[in-house]
Amino acid sequence: MSDHHHKETFVTKYIFSTDHKMISKQYLITGIFMGVIGVFMSMLFRLQIAWPEKSFSIIEAFLGHHQDGGVMSPDIYLAIVTIHGTIMVFFVLTAGLSGTFSNLLIPLQIGARDMASGFLNMVSYWLFFLSSIIMVISLFVEAGPASAGWTIYPPLSALPQAIPGSGLGMTLWLVSMAIFIASSLLGALNYIVTVLNLRTVGMKMTRLPLTIWAFFITAIIGVVSFPVLLSAALLLIFDRSFGTSFYLSDIFIQGEVLHYQGGSPVLFEHLFWFLGHPEVYIVLLPALGITSEIISTNSRKPIFGYRAMIGSIIAIAFLSTIVWGHHMFVSGMNPFLGSVFTFTTLLIAIPSAVKAFNYITTLWKGNLQMNPAMLFSIGLVSTFISGGLTGLVLGDSALDINVHDTYFVVAHFHLVMGVSAIYGMFAGVYHWFPKMYGRMMNKTLGYWHFWITAVAAYGVFFPMHFIGLAGLPRRYYSNTAFPLFDDVADVNIVITMFAILGGAAQIIFLANFFISIYKGKKATQNPWKSNTLEWTTPIEHIHGNWPGEIPAVHRWPYDYSKPGHEEDYVCQTTPLMDGEEES
Amino acid sequence: MTALLYILLAIVVAVAIWQIASILNLKSVIATEKDNNTQGILFAAFGIFFYGLMIFSFVKYSSILLPDSASVEGDRYDTLYMVTMVLILIVQAITQFLLFYFAFKYRGIKGRKALFYADSHKLELIWTVIPAVVLAGLVLYGLSVWIDVMDASDAEDPLIVEVYAKQFQWEARYAGEDNELGLANVRNIKGINTMGVDMTDKNALDDIPTRELHLPKGRKVIFKFRSQDVLHSAYMPHFRAQMNCVPGMVTQFAFTPSMTTEEMRLNDKTITKVEGINKIRAEKGEDPYEFDYLLLCNKICGASHYNMQMKIIVEEESEFNSWLNSQKTMAQVVQ
Ligand code: HEM
Ligand SMILES: [Cu+2]
Ligand SMILES: [Cu+2]
Repeated sequence: MSDHHHKETFVTKYIFSTDHKMISKQYLITGIFMGVIGVFMSMLFRLQIAWPEKSFSIIEAFLGHHQDGGVMSPDIYLAIVTIHGTIMVFFVLTAGLSGTFSNLLIPLQIGARDMASGFLNMVSYWLFFLSSIIMVISLFVEAGPASAGWTIYPPLSALPQAIPGSGLGMTLWLVSMAIFIASSLLGALNYIVTVLNLRTVGMKMTRLPLTIWAFFITAIIGVVSFPVLLSAALLLIFDRSFGTSFYLSDIFIQGEVLHYQGGSPVLFEHLFWFLGHPEVYIVLLPALGITSEIISTNSRKPIFGYRAMIGSIIAIAFLSTIVWGHHMFVSGMNPFLGSVFTFTTLLIAIPSAVKAFNYITTLWKGNLQMNPAMLFSIGLVSTFISGGLTGLVLGDSALDINVHDTYFVVAHFHLVMGVSAIYGMFAGVYHWFPKMYGRMMNKTLGYWHFWITAVAAYGVFFPMHFIGLAGLPRRYYSNTAFPLFDDVADVNIVITMFAILGGAAQIIFLANFFISIYKGKKATQNPWKSNTLEWTTPIEHIHGNWPGEIPAVHRWPYDYSKPGHEEDYVCQTTPLMDGEEES
Repeated sequence: MTALLYILLAIVVAVAIWQIASILNLKSVIATEKDNNTQGILFAAFGIFFYGLMIFSFVKYSSILLPDSASVEGDRYDTLYMVTMVLILIVQAITQFLLFYFAFKYRGIKGRKALFYADSHKLELIWTVIPAVVLAGLVLYGLSVWIDVMDASDAEDPLIVEVYAKQFQWEARYAGEDNELGLANVRNIKGINTMGVDMTDKNALDDIPTRELHLPKGRKVIFKFRSQDVLHSAYMPHFRAQMNCVPGMVTQFAFTPSMTTEEMRLNDKTITKVEGINKIRAEKGEDPYEFDYLLLCNKICGASHYNMQMKIIVEEESEFNSWLNSQKTMAQVVQ
């Protein structure tokens, strides 16, 4: 691939590039851009929840005709929550996270010159870009963007009579997501084929870094589940535009009976969560893969239980496709089915527990190098445990009854998937920034960024469990309609203050990131003294990654502090010494 | 315009941070031994913050939690909840301690070599089997409660009530003398017949439509839920009860109220909670609040989702019966 040299123009190098390293950067920048929008939205609706009747000039400034004297309208509140959720889950933590690191690391860590198909890879990015643009455009629709929650349950999402955002806003949401799904499928197929076919000499599957295992399995889950969301969306489009009744039946709204008959919203719930739950792991597994790599490198120790880690990734992936019903315990589904889903759901706690224990054991007797990436990885393990444990409440059908759709759920999933995956993403950026940009990020700012974020994240989401346990439903524009909830008002103020603190801390990151691109200290060849192949490529990016032959691999990636070696790391390219056993 | 100002402000802040950082030697990029030390200690401090936050929240926020369960089934729910919560807290306390402690204890020192410890099947077996056993117990216990709670059989002469949801209101319909609800469909909605009851069905005539939900203490109630337009969810947190209302289908849930509204008002936890609320209300100059059970909507359903509620009144069976007898039947309402 590398031997035919074609001249690169600005357009082929920076815009329609087929080079995986450039595409990875494009994903990252787009993801960060969407992330800024998503986080900013959470600030706006947190202001509303904490001070429901108060006027804010920032709300007046950004919400145009959707606000009145600096107080947002109930419709736009729901719209912002919906778009916040959609952007965070899909655009930031699916495309932004997987897209960035799968693209960057798969070829570099398995020893390939590029992805199996550079062209499809480019198409995949540009479809993602297009879907992002459409999602952003939908924010400016007169009646407001999609407002039925990120889960877009019909009939609410199907009927503009029910909520204004279900008109053009919802149409754009569906179009954007359809394109998004096409993009992730192209990406995922590429990742799978590349990992299976393009590994360098000696790179057995059991010598792959855990990052690659995570990206690989994530791609498989994506290929299995995203098409189901696509079909769910298509049927919804039919119901909305062509009068079919897949999800709708017996509806009387605004004084008239609609013609729909025989459909069921529960069908949509099944289809949605058949993707929706695996999606949680599509978001999380790459972050866990990144963490495995970073914790091991910075502990100067092999990851504990490499094979068990692979086994648990596979087990989680498999189980993730048969637990979707735990989102539907009170949907009217047959209670017996609920029992089955409780069983499978609590089963998935076992491989998750194994992962958590293995991370902790990896730290034990290590020699921890406290780089910013390491801090975020340790932070991830903490939030993963905190959030995962409350899954025992929600996954248990009986207990879910009273906390379903309350703020307890919001607290749970933000910790286990939102914050954990965001930490994984930050960790990845700090760690591989030198590989992406040839420069380093500043560590002092990294420390500030981590500690403020860590305090803020727990400050926001820990108290949030309690307002959920007080019975406060989520997606409420205001709690003032219930004197019963007057005593959660104070808690909401505390949460919002921590949220603003956490949001502001991200400015430190943005500053560090963008200015380091241009002014950061020049990177050295292998700044973290890591074993994996990406650190054997030249710092300057070249097409085809390695100037000469692709190096062969002789050992697994985790020979840190191995007895008998001078240094505390042994690159995968180093042949085994006489009499040395492979771990 | 102001929006632009805010964006500019954010950029200015970013630049300012950068400037400050450059004064503080921005070329430092890789953790030194000194950093390892400081950050390790910070992890210990963070551990303390973490436990502090946990303890603080449990102490400070216990008063806002829901009072004791007001249904027989809810008691089993609460026990299961306690058991699970204790388990969670034990695991949480131990694992987080180990995590922060190791981060502190093993912070890097120059020249020390980490222990090369890649695997231990024994350890991994231990932490696969122990969670598996504990979870198996939890699943069995949970399922026994679930089966119990979801039992909507009419063995014990239950009261049958329909709860009807629409944007953004609740209505109810009691099954009347025959304790059987008449058929209904949104296509029959007309004028005062707001629930679309089928008046040609003879079971419907004695049904009793109401705007308040009264329930008898000690008698099992089977709820049949319907929705007129979009998904709603009937959430009765004090009874540990919730079920979605789905257009085009009837869903159900059952429980046996165990405390009248009056009794609940005298419950210790309720008193503490209401006192807390009234203190806040007094500060804002609002009328004092008196406790009532509530039915809330808990599935996003439109602009006024946040204010879709109905009062629930639990009373002794005799009071309940005389209330019910004073209500008009469908036949009387429609004629
Ligand atoms: C800046 C920090 C964040 C804050 C303060 C925040 C806050 C919130 C709150 C309070 C809600 C619930 C609103 C409601 O139900 O009425 C919410 C919804 C949601 N958030 Fe976040 N969030 C943050 C970051 C994230 C991240 C990183 C993710 C990534 C997974 C995320 C995903 C979601 C999702 C999926 C929803 C549900 C949206 C819906 O109900 O349709 N959030 N957020
Ligand atoms: Cu799930
Ligand atoms: Cu509702």
